[in-house]
Amino acid sequence: MDVNGASVAERVRPAGPPGDNDRLLRRLRDGLPLVARPFLAIGQAIGQSEAGVIAAIRDLVETGAASRFGIIVDHAALGFTANAMVVWDVPDERVDAVGAALGGRRGVSLCYRRPRRPPVWPYNLFTMIHGRNRDEVRALVEELADGCGLAGLPRELLFTVRRFKQTAPCYGRDGRE
Amino acid sequence: MELDAIDRALINRLQDGLPLTSRPFAAVAAEPAMAEFGLDEDMVIGRVAALREAGVLSRFGPLYNAERMGGGLSLAAMAVPAERLDAVAALVNAFPEVAHNYARDHALSLWFVLATETPERVAEVAAAIEARTGLAVRLFPKLAEYALDLRFEA
Repeated sequence: MDVNGASVAERVRPAGPPGDNDRLLRRLRDGLPLVARPFLAIGQAIGQSEAGVIAAIRDLVETGAASRFGIIVDHAALGFTANAMVVWDVPDERVDAVGAALGGRRGVSLCYRRPRRPPVWPYNLFTMIHGRNRDEVRALVEELADGCGLAGLPRELLFTVRRFKQTAPCYGRDGRE
Repeated sequence: MELDAIDRALINRLQDGLPLTSRPFAAVAAEPAMAEFGLDEDMVIGRVAALREAGVLSRFGPLYNAERMGGGLSLAAMAVPAERLDAVAALVNAFPEVAHNYARDHALSLWFVLATETPERVAEVAAAIEARTGLAVRLFPKLAEYALDLRFEA
């Protein structure tokens, strides 16, 4: 099985016992306390100052370890109840251009290149497409195919039929429950 | 939960990120874009708490980039016979490295995301899931990222 050779860690984690940063990451799994001074509350729980917590979170965002610090919505609760992983078989020499064109289009939350797994899986471009119903998703896919030069290419729509788990990754050493 | 215009404005605003200051909810209430709603700090906190309670917010915290965290990340899929779907999904969910897990309408019917503390752990966890379920796990690691935007307009 080959694994993500492209994703070489940019930040090597220090060995040894969990430090302040691990305590913070573990505490953040519970979500931000909804109080006037949430970073003070976190700091009190893990033995750090409010300013230290703010600086550490700012560091996560500024180094790119996190793309933002905010809310993540349950899109189904907002009415986006039809969700499909739409996969495309794009000639390798065109996949970067097509991917760039698809990214940023309305209704597309994710657009990645991933490996084909022949013979069972010929697709190399993966998108997540969201709508208020399946017909809306199908119409969006047609619109994207026409607008991004994908018409006529093999594709499949894999609608989500059950959601068994949807959580954040668990970061912070020695914190697994 | 019925969302009103204030809820929608707060959801859209807070998906862009919370101000990293001592009193972030007061800062949001005071932003020019929020001025028309006449909110104060307590009202913002109360609204956000109600949205979280109702499940509209699934999380409030960092949106991580797994690679930059030094961890491993891969999409994975299994062809699970329909009659075993619930049981296999439960076995897969039991691994703490499984962050997301969905059934999709395809022969490859169970799709999940492995997020591990180190890149090497991805293959180890996939092998452990294969051993536990007796089913092949196919890995689909990201080769290139063209877009990732999990913001949804409320």
